[in-house]
Amino acid sequence: MRGDKPPKREVVVPGDFLGTGLKPGLGTFSVGGKTYASQLGIKKVRGDSVNIIPLSGRYMPRQGDTVIGEITDISASYWLVDINAPYPAPLHASEVPWKVDFGDTSRFLNVEDVVLLRVLSVDEAKRVQVTMKERDSRRLRGGRIIDVSHSKVPRIIGRKGSMIGLIKKYTDCRMFVGQNGRIWLDGSLDGMYLAVKAIRKIEEDAQVLGLTESIEVMLREATARKA
Amino acid sequence: MEEGKLVNDKGIRVDGRKVDELRPIKLEAGVLNRADGSAYIEWGENKVLAAVYGPREAHPRHRQDPARALVQCRYNMAPFSVSDRKRPGPDRRSVEISKVVSEAFSHVVLRELFPRATVDVFMEVLQASAGTRCTALTVAAVALADAGIPMRDIIASCAFGKADGQVILDLDKEEDNEGQADVPIAIVPRTNEIVLLQMDGHITKEEFDSGLKMAVDACHRINEMQRDALRRRYAVTTDRHKAVKASSEGV
Repeated sequence: MRGDKPPKREVVVPGDFLGTGLKPGLGTFSVGGKTYASQLGIKKVRGDSVNIIPLSGRYMPRQGDTVIGEITDISASYWLVDINAPYPAPLHASEVPWKVDFGDTSRFLNVEDVVLLRVLSVDEAKRVQVTMKERDSRRLRGGRIIDVSHSKVPRIIGRKGSMIGLIKKYTDCRMFVGQNGRIWLDGSLDGMYLAVKAIRKIEEDAQVLGLTESIEVMLREATARKA
Repeated sequence: MEEGKLVNDKGIRVDGRKVDELRPIKLEAGVLNRADGSAYIEWGENKVLAAVYGPREAHPRHRQDPARALVQCRYNMAPFSVSDRKRPGPDRRSVEISKVVSEAFSHVVLRELFPRATVDVFMEVLQASAGTRCTALTVAAVALADAGIPMRDIIASCAFGKADGQVILDLDKEEDNEGQADVPIAIVPRTNEIVLLQMDGHITKEEFDSGLKMAVDACHRINEMQRDALRRRYAVTTDRHKAVKASSEGV
């Protein structure tokens, strides 16, 4: 990237005119062929379509997302999970990897338990269903959770997991990142402290170029100082 | 009331403004950390803080709309916002303002995207000096955008009125108390649709038309300030890459 023209990062606010004849994408709307921004964010034009990458706003669940949720309620045949979305997500007893008898749900998961799960479906009325019948789904014991803006999650994961791999390597932490902006991590106190520091820096500098390099420098210096 | 007390024959008002001049406005977005979005405004002597939460689950359940989100607003005046202590809590006036503001926002928020949910808007008037509903609506629109709520546009609001037989823009306290009319409006700047219009007092049709034109122009100026406040807030996070790139190239 160095030396090329920096990619355009234009901040737009709702009602801003984006262009004519463009295909309206996420965070935009069209009136009579003219496209406007509907959300505060960064304008991204790719081909003939335009998208807004939000800089704020709540997480909206999408099918297939891996999310970190907290059990908020139990009934005889399902759990209610808070996945940091505007809507509660029921986790049905048939969507867990265990055989759960009717009325026996609390033996497996209880209120305040934290789980890594997958969004099974979201219908047009935004009714959400989640599942744990996925290879990576599990109950998360111990560790701690930090919240970040969901729009920063792709930067925290990095291209093909490069960023999160880096943090894991230098801090020796176990980490899971949910698309809903929740990050679970467990490791030594120093490791977790450093990992949180790195994540906060990524969050702050999400739009800075060469972020992976600067984070690696930071992590390397911090671990070298300790050694 | 004697003629020429509020507006002199040169068209200059008690506080030195021209008839079509706004009071000074200072607007800042993203001032609170706990809310999803927030903004603060100083408009003349008015000071209003706005916070937005949501979209989130609407409670009680029976108020949910299965097809779209609710926009619930609360306009509240602090006990110390006026010269005589205001008895705290909702009264007839603040319930009315909350209602009209919520209806104005319902026209621009893309409510269909969040069925059964609610977007909660809180407007706290810390200091009042005429025109607080316009002030509150203007700042709440910025807080909504700051919260990332999808909207068709950012609403801007302003009042016009009549004092000493003259049509004037953005009435201050004295003009409001002693003038003949006060007409707060709010518009969708992109389309010039009117989303709020109330009137107190008497005014002729001609005066109304000229005042409306004046207020619509003012709303466009206010809208520019709203957009500026948001861009200023987010430029901090996005313009940084230029500095980093410059330093990496040894500039």
